[in-house]
Amino acid sequence: MIERRVISVIVLNEHGVLTRITGLFAARGYNIESLTVAPIPGSKYSRLTIVTSGSLRVIEQIIKQLHKLIPVYKVIEHTDLIEKEMVMAKIPLEERLADVEALCRAYNGNIVNIGQDSAIIMAADEPSRIANFVSALKRFNPKEIVRSGVVAIER
Amino acid sequence: MAKMTGAQMVVEAMREEGVEVVFGYPGGAIMNVYDEIYKHKYFQHILTRHEQAAVHAADGYARATGKVGVAFVTSGPGFTNAVTGLATAYMDSIPMVVISGQVPLSMIGTDAFQEIDAVGISRPCTKHNFLVKSAEELPEILAEAFYIARSGRPGPVHVDIPKDVTAQLADFNYPKEVKLETYKPTIKGNARQIKKAVEAIANAKKPVFYLGGGIIHSNSAELVRELVDFTQIPAVETLMARGTLRYDDPMLLGMVGMHGTYAANMAMSEADLLIALGPRFDDRVTGKLSEFAKYAKIIHVDIDPSSIGKLVHVDYPIVGDLKAVLEELVPQAKAKVDPSRYEAWREILNRYNELHPLTYEDSDEVLKPEWVIQRVGEKLKGKARISTDVGQHQMWTAQYYPFTRPREFITSGGLGTMGFGFPAAMGVKRGVPDEISINISGDGSILMNIQELMTAVEHRLPVINIILNNNYLGMVRQWQTFFYDKRYAETDLSMQPDFVRLAESFGGVGYRVKTKEEFDKALDDAISKGVVALIDVVVDRYENVLPMVPAGGSLYNMLLEYKD
Ligand SMILES: Cc1ncc(C[n+]2csc(CCOP(=O)(O)OP(=O)(O)O)c2C)c(N)n1
Repeated sequence: MIERRVISVIVLNEHGVLTRITGLFAARGYNIESLTVAPIPGSKYSRLTIVTSGSLRVIEQIIKQLHKLIPVYKVIEHTDLIEKEMVMAKIPLEERLADVEALCRAYNGNIVNIGQDSAIIMAADEPSRIANFVSALKRFNPKEIVRSGVVAIER
Repeated sequence: MAKMTGAQMVVEAMREEGVEVVFGYPGGAIMNVYDEIYKHKYFQHILTRHEQAAVHAADGYARATGKVGVAFVTSGPGFTNAVTGLATAYMDSIPMVVISGQVPLSMIGTDAFQEIDAVGISRPCTKHNFLVKSAEELPEILAEAFYIARSGRPGPVHVDIPKDVTAQLADFNYPKEVKLETYKPTIKGNARQIKKAVEAIANAKKPVFYLGGGIIHSNSAELVRELVDFTQIPAVETLMARGTLRYDDPMLLGMVGMHGTYAANMAMSEADLLIALGPRFDDRVTGKLSEFAKYAKIIHVDIDPSSIGKLVHVDYPIVGDLKAVLEELVPQAKAKVDPSRYEAWREILNRYNELHPLTYEDSDEVLKPEWVIQRVGEKLKGKARISTDVGQHQMWTAQYYPFTRPREFITSGGLGTMGFGFPAAMGVKRGVPDEISINISGDGSILMNIQELMTAVEHRLPVINIILNNNYLGMVRQWQTFFYDKRYAETDLSMQPDFVRLAESFGGVGYRVKTKEEFDKALDDAISKGVVALIDVVVDRYENVLPMVPAGGSLYNMLLEYKD
């Protein structure tokens, strides 16, 4: 059975640490669906949020192998968590912007910029809802869609 | 405190760590360090003739002594030549520090002369690696490198130092103690799990000790012997664990796995409890996983949590240093376990042993490789360290040499690196100079690092190379015989150098032998002369290593003989 998992990894901010993590996934053929990284404010650590999938045995190995890396401080396998993802998109000005705005609002979003020929919209919500949002957005002929990847925090 | 250059720091760090020997090869990017070596006498530097050999020699030294092996190489090709050595040590968990030169910081990323992304290359084949960015951080990095290499599950650590960093001045405060917040190996095993494991042993009917390389690394053979001796539970050894029990221990069923004994493999297949002490369930041991130890519950003790449950389900996982775990487990087992309980089981296994003992057909016409190894054993058991290369000769050595103690057998298990044996045997000789160092090799393998004859002669490292010369890449030829209808594609090595003259041209002694008498004479002569020697032993071209479990087959389906 293939399971989807969100794993947070707290790592020392040092040279090459991200390659160590991604290299581990690549070398063993593990899957990365999304990966976000940012420093933890006021510390020498960064937090990575990795969305991955695999059988229970694979997930167990991923966790153990992550633990084994020297600069890894902590691996958190989330069970009860809040997940959010952000998406931005560029919509041509010819589209019905009132409808676009209504759609955005339904997904915690907004129009954040209007330029010469396109409007930029943004929404932040649960990853599955963001997926719905993106497919609903298709109707308005988006020129570009950028997703941020998932961030998560324990409840 | 006076400032020091990065190069001086490297040399000082070796002194702080008590390093007595460094194997290496200089070049542009590491010249500052070599210039420091020239000026002092802290440690011996042994110039090998190839970087791969330097790393294997450091590896052999580490395997024989249990200390951290050290090698220095230059950037670019120097480093890439060292990679096979790192990978070999990594697969077998050998403590080692390899220091490489790198182009100056300002030139990194410009495809400079002799630049290569060394830390990128070494990442998957080291326990950890460092690219040093300033001389300031060098003392701490070097101390961490040694600490990481020797602690927890040991392994090689690579430190890449740009040339300008070796010239930079900074303070040298070598940390007396290393503390890494992010790295804390588990030493003590979970007490409840240990108690449960002891109960499982006490309640089992057909338990087997499955002894692995972790026993050697954790120096716990003594405790294992005590445990086996008290419980009277039969034991099998992996290639990496040979020597844990004496060859004549009545509880030892022999080696397990692809070329394991019938009794050892049947014991695994029929057991109701595997007591796995420091093995890693290598596929050369387990064979077909779905058939492996089908009826057994499994206790697995290992310092590396990712090793536990990786391939098979483990019922009693115990993470911890094997020695620390055994110190708790052995007294409990003594209080709980009744050795008479396993009598019927021992009977069964004894019968298997009598039915299919490890054996070969000796001959008067042609030397049998198994005989040669037994002979070496008769003459030297307990007095020599035995290294091997990779192939049939390696398996015969593992099967037929009478090992008496841990660290007596030095071989590349996980990576199976041809060319390992001879340089490793030099490292062994340097590490334990009072013992005889023998490398058992094949006519294929020996040519992969034969240039080290020069190093051995120059530094008086009298290794005796015994070449079991079958004029073939024997192990591959064997597979072609069994599984490819005897299509001997590119395995015929009839075209050979004159090994005797080759040895002599390097300043060593060479022998070519075809009979038992000649072999005895050559070996005695080489031992008494105490020189670098090469004994080219002409053996049966078509001898096969048996028993054999075909790759991916189940352990209980062994080929016991081969009839043409
Ligand atoms: C560096 C390397 N290349 C290739 C192999 C594959 N290989 C395994 S055993 C073997 C044959 C070894 O022949 P030889 O050294 O003559 O020993 P024998 O098997 O005849 O005892 C080969 C080619 C290997 N293990 N290592």
